[in-house]
Amino acid sequence: MELNDEKKINDSAQATESQMIINDVTVGDYKYGFVTDIETHILERGLNEDVVREISRLKGEPEWLLQFRLEAYRYWQKQKMPDWAHLRIPEIDFQGISYYAAPKQKKSNPKSMDEVDADLRKTFDKLGISLEEQMRISGIAVDAVMDSVSVKTTYRERLGEMGIIFCSFSEAVKEHPELVKKYLGSVVPYRDNYFAALNSAVFSDGSFVYIPKGVRCPMELSTYFRINAANTGQFERTLIVADEESYVSYLEGCTAPMRDENQLHAAIVEIVVERKAEVKYSTVQNWYPGDKEGKGGIYNFVTKRGLCRGDYSKLSWTQVETGSAITWKYPSCVLKGNNSVGEFYSVAVTNNYQQADTGTKMIHIGNNSRSTIVSKGISAGKSENSYRGLVKVSSGAENCRNYTQCDSLLLGSSCGAHTFPYMDIQNSTAVVEHEATTSKINEEQIFYCNQRGIPTEEAVGLIVNGYAKEVMNKLPMEFAVEAQRLLQVTLEGSVG
Amino acid sequence: MSKQEKELLKVTELRASIEGKEILNGINLTVNRGEVHAIMGPNGSGKSTLSSVLVGNPAYKVTGGSVNFHGLDLLSLPAETRSHEGLFLSFQYPVEIPGVSMMNFMRAAVNAKRKYFGEAAMSAGDFLKLMKEKREVVELDNKLASRSVNEGFSGGEKKRNEIFQMAVLEPQLSILDETDSGLDIDALRIVANGVNKLKSAENATIVITHYQRLLDYIKPDFVHVLYKGRIVMTGGPELALELEEKGYDWIKEKEDKESVK
Amino acid sequence: MDKELRQYIDFYKSERDTISANSAEVLNAEREKSAEALGTMHVPSKGAENYHVTDIPSLLSPDYGINIKRISMPMDAATPFKCDVPNLNALLYYQCNDEFRTSDRDYSKQLPEGVIIGSLREIAESHKSIIEKYYNRIAPHDEVMPVLNTLLAQDGVVVYLPKNSVVSRPIQVVNVQSGGVPTMVSRRMLIIAEENAQAKIVLCDHSQSPDVAFLVNQVIEIHCGASSNIEIYDMEESSETTRRVSGIYARQQRDSQLTIDTITLLNGMSRNNVKVEVAEKGCNTLLYGIGIGREKGIVDNNTYIQHHAPHCQSSEQYKYLLDGESRGCFGGKIYVGPGADKVESYQSNNNIIASSEAKMYTKPQLEIYTDDVKCSHGATTGQLDENAMFYMQSRGIPAEKARQLLMQAFMEEVVERVNIDILRDRLKQLVGKRLSGEMALCGTCGAKCAKK
Repeated sequence: MELNDEKKINDSAQATESQMIINDVTVGDYKYGFVTDIETHILERGLNEDVVREISRLKGEPEWLLQFRLEAYRYWQKQKMPDWAHLRIPEIDFQGISYYAAPKQKKSNPKSMDEVDADLRKTFDKLGISLEEQMRISGIAVDAVMDSVSVKTTYRERLGEMGIIFCSFSEAVKEHPELVKKYLGSVVPYRDNYFAALNSAVFSDGSFVYIPKGVRCPMELSTYFRINAANTGQFERTLIVADEESYVSYLEGCTAPMRDENQLHAAIVEIVVERKAEVKYSTVQNWYPGDKEGKGGIYNFVTKRGLCRGDYSKLSWTQVETGSAITWKYPSCVLKGNNSVGEFYSVAVTNNYQQADTGTKMIHIGNNSRSTIVSKGISAGKSENSYRGLVKVSSGAENCRNYTQCDSLLLGSSCGAHTFPYMDIQNSTAVVEHEATTSKINEEQIFYCNQRGIPTEEAVGLIVNGYAKEVMNKLPMEFAVEAQRLLQVTLEGSVG
Repeated sequence: MSKQEKELLKVTELRASIEGKEILNGINLTVNRGEVHAIMGPNGSGKSTLSSVLVGNPAYKVTGGSVNFHGLDLLSLPAETRSHEGLFLSFQYPVEIPGVSMMNFMRAAVNAKRKYFGEAAMSAGDFLKLMKEKREVVELDNKLASRSVNEGFSGGEKKRNEIFQMAVLEPQLSILDETDSGLDIDALRIVANGVNKLKSAENATIVITHYQRLLDYIKPDFVHVLYKGRIVMTGGPELALELEEKGYDWIKEKEDKESVK
Repeated sequence: MDKELRQYIDFYKSERDTISANSAEVLNAEREKSAEALGTMHVPSKGAENYHVTDIPSLLSPDYGINIKRISMPMDAATPFKCDVPNLNALLYYQCNDEFRTSDRDYSKQLPEGVIIGSLREIAESHKSIIEKYYNRIAPHDEVMPVLNTLLAQDGVVVYLPKNSVVSRPIQVVNVQSGGVPTMVSRRMLIIAEENAQAKIVLCDHSQSPDVAFLVNQVIEIHCGASSNIEIYDMEESSETTRRVSGIYARQQRDSQLTIDTITLLNGMSRNNVKVEVAEKGCNTLLYGIGIGREKGIVDNNTYIQHHAPHCQSSEQYKYLLDGESRGCFGGKIYVGPGADKVESYQSNNNIIASSEAKMYTKPQLEIYTDDVKCSHGATTGQLDENAMFYMQSRGIPAEKARQLLMQAFMEEVVERVNIDILRDRLKQLVGKRLSGEMALCGTCGAKCAKK
């Protein structure tokens, strides 16, 4: 569709409808499954202390960071892989993975677009994340991370004028060591879990955001993750700090090439929200899910957590999970500040042999803290889709509120849909409500669509998108269109 | 127009059942272009089953007979193809689809039909124009179109929405299943006006109704009475008036007596 | 081997002959493999999945007396009558610890033909083939507490209902814990309902020695034959020093209906497991529960319904009212297996935390492996409706009374599920009394009932 048409729609009375109408469905399988033939610096497979040291050396890190990595590595060695999730996780050979892969750039720190390697730029252009385009028109600042290394952060200068720091993690270590040192591991300590420890030992890059006091970030900040090299894991780390009375909306997108072997992605996202600040974190996760027989695909083990540290702080997670062979992910809020607010809106779609165990934790510590959880699971094919969530109200937290709604939609009789909510209420002034439903897709709705000429597969896409709308509406516009299309594509071939 | 060209629908000895229960026991019906047929009958006589079977609702099982729809073997086609080929049902109970906007829904319907006929998808601008134009047929306001399909619509709005969809899809044969039920007099007038505006020499309408009320607004050429899964009487508009006056009991008695014989 | 289990296995090995001599062959036949299985098991630690509140290791650690020589303990049959259900017109039986006793009346002539109610130990001898066929067939062989029960149980109750038998009067079994030293009781019950059989069974749990620590390990197996209808009302009014782990394990055949109502009015620590395997089509399963927790009491209900067959319904409703420093826990799992189409399953858990020190932990779970189902669960934890409180007070009702009325109203919904009119009315009264704190006043019986 031409831009002109879109404008017409935007101008029409239904502004919110415009996004719906743009979803010209591109039929096809995973369309990001290409490999960029690019010269890459890859470390030998395997993990030991020397590898950890080498990663740190390659990145020219200060001694304290190396020590942080080593402590995490030593802790990780003593841990066992967690097995409580409703997932069948094949043995992962941690020695068979390379822990550092960096696309070789001619210049290490491109200051302008011209300096970014042409092949690299093409990769992101192909993904629809045109770095130049972003620079020019769209008003989104992008940090593009390929394999483990940040390729280019756009818009830095303009943001810099407002005191906003948006750069790769490596740069942050060099340029703002005091901030990194202060916040790194403060929300997700390396001891948190197996994969957090692994990430803390070997993370190679990621994004760093700092929004100073009283600043409303004028544009969406975005990181686009791409795994390219074979036999590598991606271990990035995102750290977002929103100082008092600031606001930022952050987007994360991800894709990977189609490869027969499984690839490991173990990321950490840490967010600190100070008094009266607000952070919106949106993810459209579209890692390669494996083929129709369940071969290949990304193992996605991610620890995401935000600390609402100040009073009246607010953190909102929105996620649309369509990819990965295995998803293990629980974006959480620690509601420490009084009157703080945590939100979690999730759509998780699984098809074929995908497995997802995802949900959230809302830890109420501050008085009058409130949380909302809306989870929509959609399972098709032979997939397994679980919601797992914890609502905890600590004994000292007065007048806390939680509302949880988790619905599961089943398409086909060979898939599984499961809900595992935990409610741990230690204070008598709390009001906690939980509702869950599981049902199959409504045949009357499908028939109604059929009668109007809409084929079943398309009808399912429409109905599923409608079912997920409450969550989709929370996404920034640019992401919503992509997310809708993804839902439809993911479910292709699941009905009939 | 030859007889063949004129004949839009020919139903021959149609039989159907739901969950093993026989509902239609041999329906014969011919509808020509330009005609309006009313199908009346007491509750449970099979009126809604007939419409459901014609549009291919998978809940019903066809156990015998055939249906020719302008040269096509209708019963062999999937529901969406029947729609593309020009068959439209205004549902007695329009289905709510939460979260799916009318705009998106109709765009999917329009483009599916265009695709079926090998045409390119409609541009957003043209589509918006089309929606605006057709909304006027049933005096539907702009806001309704941006809401989710039938969700939170009043009874009258739902029925108007059905006729709106009919206007957009321009079917050759429209079946209005109890479209008058749950309508107040103003809504009834609007809906009937919409149907009359869409009438042409090329298309035809089947009005299924329990009462004669709607037929004051949509004038039928033929009135059929359905009872126990068969058409037991056919007449002109005067038959509807007679039924209004005398009710269905006399037909029931007559038929039951005959079946005993 | 876990150290908590070692003492029991060692005890069994040294006392095997005495235990067997005072029991029946069918029961003895299950002991060796139970000992073996226990040797390979681990006691779930507190905080482990499904054991968020209940601390099984600490339950098993103390040195309890186990009455393997079957020394008859004194039982004051009148004691439980203080909280008895008057006019229930029940067929009344007793179990003192795990020893079956009849009341002074002989019901044998009043029972329909072929119905057997009596001592597990005796019936295992007199009707060996029946007990052999059903004993220890449903209770899990891979969980510590039921296996421990099988290892040590020497007697218990049998209710055998042959084909088409209908016992219209409620069958009441009054369990009385009695003893002067900390005692472990391995209580066993076997309910066999053949095709079309019907019965209502009321179980009342009392402690006669209010200051003595009891560990009651109860296992009830229920075989629900085709088209049978069984109702179980398991009421606990024991004592603050009583710890109980109960396991009700049922298997339902075609078109059967099963109701299990677990009511905890007074207790120390109770972990009630209910596991129902819906094996065939057309079944209806109803699980209800009331938990009233006060002081340091723990009420922990854990349910698991496994739907293996199509066209079945199940419904669960559990309500808790937690006062003092009590802790409540509800874990409810619904499993719908492949091919179990047209299953409708509903679960709800509503809780009121009435004091600042009480805590509630809820974990509902749905595990669904087929698409043509309707399942839902809902859980709420909150307080009494403040608007209602204010409304009542503005009409002159004192706050305390208003509070009590609202609590009672909250519980009413589950109490109403009781199908025996007299029991339901009595239960309403008991819940009312319990909520007004009356029962804590009496020092004479385990139930600390105020009424003389």
